[in-house]
Parts: sequence; structure tokens; C-alpha cells
Amino acid sequence: MNEPVIELRNVSKAYAANTVLRNVNLQVCTGEFLTLLGPSGCGKTTILRLLAGFEKPDSGEIRITGQDMRTLPPEQRHVNTVFQSYALFPHLTVFENVAFGPRLKGFKGAALGERVMDALRMVKLEDFAGRKPGQLSGGQQQRVAIARAVVNQPQVLLLDEPLSALDYKLRKAMQLELKQLQRRLGITFIFVTHDQEEALSMSDRVAVMNAGRIEQFGTPRQIYEAPENLFVARFVGEINNLPGRVVAAAPPRYDIRLHDRVINLRSKYVFGVGDRVNILIRPEDLRIWREDEGSVEERAALFPAAVEEVIYKGSTVDLAIRLDSGELLSTTQFFNEDDQALINLDFREGERVFVDWVHDWETILPHEG
Amino acid sequence: MRIREPFKLVAVGMIGFWLIAFALLPNLLVVIASVLERGSDEFVAFALTLDSYRRLLDPLYLGVLLDSLWLAGVTTALCLLLGYPFAYLLTRMPARWRPALLLLVIIPFWTSSLVRTYAMVIILQTNGWLNQILLGLGLITEPLELLYTEPAVIAGMLYTLLPFMILPLYAVLEKLDRRLIEAARDLGAGRVTIFRRIILPLTLPGIIAGCMLTFLPGLGMFYVADLLGGARTLLVGNLIRDQFLSARDWPFGAAASTLLTGLMLLLLWAYYLSSRRASRGALP
Repeated sequence: MNEPVIELRNVSKAYAANTVLRNVNLQVCTGEFLTLLGPSGCGKTTILRLLAGFEKPDSGEIRITGQDMRTLPPEQRHVNTVFQSYALFPHLTVFENVAFGPRLKGFKGAALGERVMDALRMVKLEDFAGRKPGQLSGGQQQRVAIARAVVNQPQVLLLDEPLSALDYKLRKAMQLELKQLQRRLGITFIFVTHDQEEALSMSDRVAVMNAGRIEQFGTPRQIYEAPENLFVARFVGEINNLPGRVVAAAPPRYDIRLHDRVINLRSKYVFGVGDRVNILIRPEDLRIWREDEGSVEERAALFPAAVEEVIYKGSTVDLAIRLDSGELLSTTQFFNEDDQALINLDFREGERVFVDWVHDWETILPHEG
Repeated sequence: MRIREPFKLVAVGMIGFWLIAFALLPNLLVVIASVLERGSDEFVAFALTLDSYRRLLDPLYLGVLLDSLWLAGVTTALCLLLGYPFAYLLTRMPARWRPALLLLVIIPFWTSSLVRTYAMVIILQTNGWLNQILLGLGLITEPLELLYTEPAVIAGMLYTLLPFMILPLYAVLEKLDRRLIEAARDLGAGRVTIFRRIILPLTLPGIIAGCMLTFLPGLGMFYVADLLGGARTLLVGNLIRDQFLSARDWPFGAAASTLLTGLMLLLLWAYYLSSRRASRGALP
């Protein structure tokens, strides 16, 4: 789980005048499930194509199991790709699609049949071996594409937004299946997606990308709870951003002025007195107090606000609230069975409320643009 | 909506009239003429007989048919050999050049193929351009006998029919999903395997369509053989024309014509079957 199977060093790539990767460095460990997450055009698919060998880097170095990939064409690399469009061969049966790779490696007859059927059993398609891809549903085609890649027992499996064409329920089911498959096979997965929920729920580590750069590389928890910049904070999940100013510094703790009050908060960044900062708070970390809750003294430390919108989501109620100082915040309130004050989340639009959050659950970042 | 109904009727009606008046009826007349007797005053006498078909079984005419099949076959094979790489390269050109390059393939259609065949005569004759160029370059010392040979006929048919091969091939190669080729490479396939197992089967409908469009006209193209082959090679096309225009034996010419049409229908039917088989497995 520790020696790197893939290494990118200072990799850059441009198409004509359009730079898609800028000095990307990345190390992926054996057996890891790594997700490249980012908006479209951020360069995540280009990294996959570089690893598969369909593109060559303009500069920098790519190593797979220590071997320099510079001159190795795709057909000689021990990586396989699950394409976004699946790219199944329409004129071949499911069996022949999956058998395509093993045949080229010299498998024949019973050995070939066994290997292919094993792969099809793994994706629960053994009964569909004789069908053509056109006769399968989207989810089944997806599974054939996975079987066709995995049957070659690659060192690394590259998955290019493989679930984006599936409907919500099927996508959830396939996420689980893929994760289980990866654990069972122990193959390194490099998974590309623009869906942050998918990235967080499936990956060992996530590389958040933007405009050809890796903005943050870490575990899903690090990415979500300790975003390193505003882009990551905003792209991964929802977040509220409040502008503050440092009034007293005693690293790692700072007194930060937020509107008319000063709060003592912790940050891993170093600030000086007078620096502007962003205070980032996840919607589920905000607490809402109704007018009849808490004492007058308690309320003095809270921020007064009004409910603008109530969105019932089943397991949660999302509120859009406007602080009296003007900012619009989004909050998520969970139905809490243990709450003696009863599961009273029937907020009305226009209702007066008070807001605060559990201090130190926020993230303080230097002010950006 | 109401206004479109009469339009539809007129449009379909015109096409229907055209097909009946200029395709179905003439062919029907030919079939009818083929089972009649040769008349002494008129072209045909109204007495049923299969005599014309019996005469077609003569080894002489069988030889003519085989010669025609051979010539059309060789032409088709050469068209495919030249047209496939040509069409493939065309699809690999930058997208903004492709329409212009495709236009160059189509431009010869704007001139009558008869005129273009005469142009071939000028190039190929003993003191023609080709011989003069070869003499000028010192590659040959005496003019070659090019005109009135079988290669000249094949060259003429090749030139006339090549666009009919290139266009359907271009259509299927253009549609070919490049990602399938990437997928095949990803799975370890080299160039030869990719061509044999992916590109060739997926472009087969275009290959068959191109072969149809060159082979079938190739069978009936009498003027190319006439102009470039002299009187030496008698082909089915020439035979039919001669029966109608010189020998004035309409029933026999009609019988030969019916046989040729039947042969073509058979080939088209085979094409239909193969294309139906190919489309069944295709992705929606």
C-alpha cells in the first residue's frame, strides 16, 4: 500500500495555445482508489489519456511501476481503460468483446473461455455472453466495459467518468459494486469524475483539479473538512463564506472580527493583525436557534437572521437564512430523534432566528479575490 | 398542416410516376420482349418462345458473360484497393479540408463519362500524351501499344467508377468511432489486428456498397470497352447494344438484358441480407 505504482513529475500538456496541464505532480500507491475530481476542462481526463498512452506529455515524466512511459505505446502498457462512452465493439458479442484482450495475449479454447466467463460472472453478466452490445441496457454495457478491462488483470485500471451516463439509482449501485470490485481485485483504480459526492464516497484519496492544476490532494475527509483554498471548499460540497478581519494574533489562535463581534478561532495559516480572512462553514455545522430558545445572555453571542426559504428534503430540512448584516447562508438541519425539544423543524419563511456554529469546525483561509 | 397534404401527394405521386414510367414499364417491356419471337417486319412478333434464352446458353455467349464478369471484377478489386486507402486518408485530413477534397472526387461527374473516355483515348493512343511523356523522360525508346488492350479498358473503367467506390467507403469510414480504435489499442491490439478485427468488419457495409456501385455498372459499361478496347473484347453491354442497334434482334438482346438485370438483382439481394445482418448488432 506504500510503493507508488504511478508517478507524474512536473507533467505539462497543451493543445495548441490551450494549456490543459500545468506542472502536475502525482503519486498513486499500489491498490489505491484515487479519484481525479474537477469541473469539465480541468485536465482530469487528459491525465488518464497520458497514463493510457493516447497522449504524450509536452514536458515532465510519467512512470508506471517505475518504468518510464515516454516511448511505450498504449498497446504495450499494463493499464486498461473503462471509457466514458464504454466504446464496446458493436459488431462483436459480449463474450468476444471481453475476449479481445486475452486473445491478443495468446489465450485460446478452454482457458480463454474460462477467463472470459470468470470476468463476466464477476459483473453478473454470464447469461449475456452471446448478446451484442446494442441489445444491452446502459448499466449492462457499463459492466461489459469493466469486465473487458479487468479481464486483462492490469496493474492500473483507468475509469473515465464511467457512471455519468447512468441514472441516479443505478449509479449508486454501480459505485458500490466498483468499490467492492476494487477491494477484491486489489488493482489500483484511477477514477475520473466531476461528481464530488461520488468522489468522496468511493475514494481512498482525491485529487481536486482546476484549470490544469491539482488544487488539493488528500483523503476525502481532509478534502471536505480542511479545504486548502476557496476553490476546493466551494467545489466539494456546499459552503458558507463569511468575510472577517484579524484583530489579534497568537498563532495558531486568532481573534477575528466578524461584523460587530470578535471570535477566537484556530487556523493552520499564519496571519498578521489587520489581515482579511474567509471564515468557511459547512451548512450542517451551522446551528439555528428559534426566538424562544436559549436565554437572553446566550442569544447575545448569536447572529440574528431571518428565514428566507425552507426546503424539505426528507432526512433533512435545508434553510436559506439572511443575516441581519446581509449575507445569505445555507444550513442543513437534521431531524434529531433524541431531541426533547421535539423534532420541530417546521420553520416558516420570514421567521426570526439566531445563528451560530460549533467553533473550530470552521476553516479559516486567507482572503482571495 | 392542411397545406402539406396535397404537397405530399404531389411529391410522392411524381416520384411514383417517374419510377413506373421510366423504370418499371421499360423493364417490363424488356422482359416481355425477351419471350417473344423475332419479327420479319416489326422488331418483335407476338408469339411466346424461350428461344432467345436457349441461344444464350451457347458457349460463345457464356464466354462473353465470363469476360464481362472478369473485367468488372478486376475493375472492382482495383477500385477497392485504390479507393479504401484513399477514403481512409480523406477521413484523416483536417476537417476543414475534407469538403474540398471530397469535391475533387465528385467534380469528374460534372463531365459526361463518354467525353472523359474520349479524353482517355487521347492520353493512351500511340502518339498520345502518356507515350510522349515516357519517351521524353527516356524511359522507353518506342511508343507502347496502350490503346485497344485489356489494361486500357480496365484503366478506363477504373477511372470512371472509382468515385462510386470512394464515396460509400468515405461515408462508413467517416462514421467509424475513433474511440473504438483507442479501446482496441488499450486492450493491446497492434495496427494489423485493429484493421482486421475492428475497422474492416465495421466498414464492411461500405465495402459491399462500393463494390455493388462499381461492379454492376462495370458489367454494362459498353462504351468504355468500345472506345478503349476496340472491337476486340465483346462484353455483355456491347452484346446487348449490338442486338438492339445492329443485329436488330430485339428478343435476343432483351433476353441478355433480362439475364443481366436478374444477376444484378441477385447481387443486390445478397447486399440487402448482409447489411441487415450487420445492422442488427449495431448500437442504437
